[in-house]
Amino acid sequence: MNTVNEDKLETRVRKSNVNLAIYTGLWLVTTALLAFGPKLLWDFNTALTVIAIAANIAAGALMIFANVKHLNSIDELGRRIFLESAAITLGVIVVFGVLYELISFAGETFAFTPRISHIYFVMGPTFMLSMLISNRKYR
Amino acid sequence: MKNRLKVLRAERDWTQADLANKLDVSRQTINAIEKGKFDPSLPLAFKMASLFNRPIEGIFEDEQ
Repeated sequence: MNTVNEDKLETRVRKSNVNLAIYTGLWLVTTALLAFGPKLLWDFNTALTVIAIAANIAAGALMIFANVKHLNSIDELGRRIFLESAAITLGVIVVFGVLYELISFAGETFAFTPRISHIYFVMGPTFMLSMLISNRKYR
Repeated sequence: MKNRLKVLRAERDWTQADLANKLDVSRQTINAIEKGKFDPSLPLAFKMASLFNRPIEGIFEDEQ
């Protein structure tokens, strides 16, 4: 039996929010460990780096499942708002990603090196803004 | 799609929050349905029909 549906909406949303926050935090910690650990903590020891990579993948998978669980815990209007925001974010990321790659080909025109991690700085605000606008739309 | 949700709710002296609680959805969902901004899924429409003891077409009406 699916325990998610046994709770009332407010309870299950609160639970899934906490769950999502925990696994996102875990993923962030393992990402930081992978980013700084090899140089600062274990002097590029291969075995420890492989363990850190495995931990990062595992935490990432848990975060993805927590996100799906969160999506299933909210009600149908909430789900529509979430999915609309996700669709807008995906579109913006595709446009921004291609543009960003083209910028890298422009060479000396721009005095910075494009990095894939920069996409997060577009993704986060886009999703939050989309959620805000969609929520206003259905208010 | 037009609906009589607000009237049916008022007849029972229920707030949007009361109805949301009975249907296990958010108050925002009830408000959006009442204002015609959001059409509920078939399972939710059946839940409403059961709650108000009416057929679905007694609550919702196609605008076409």
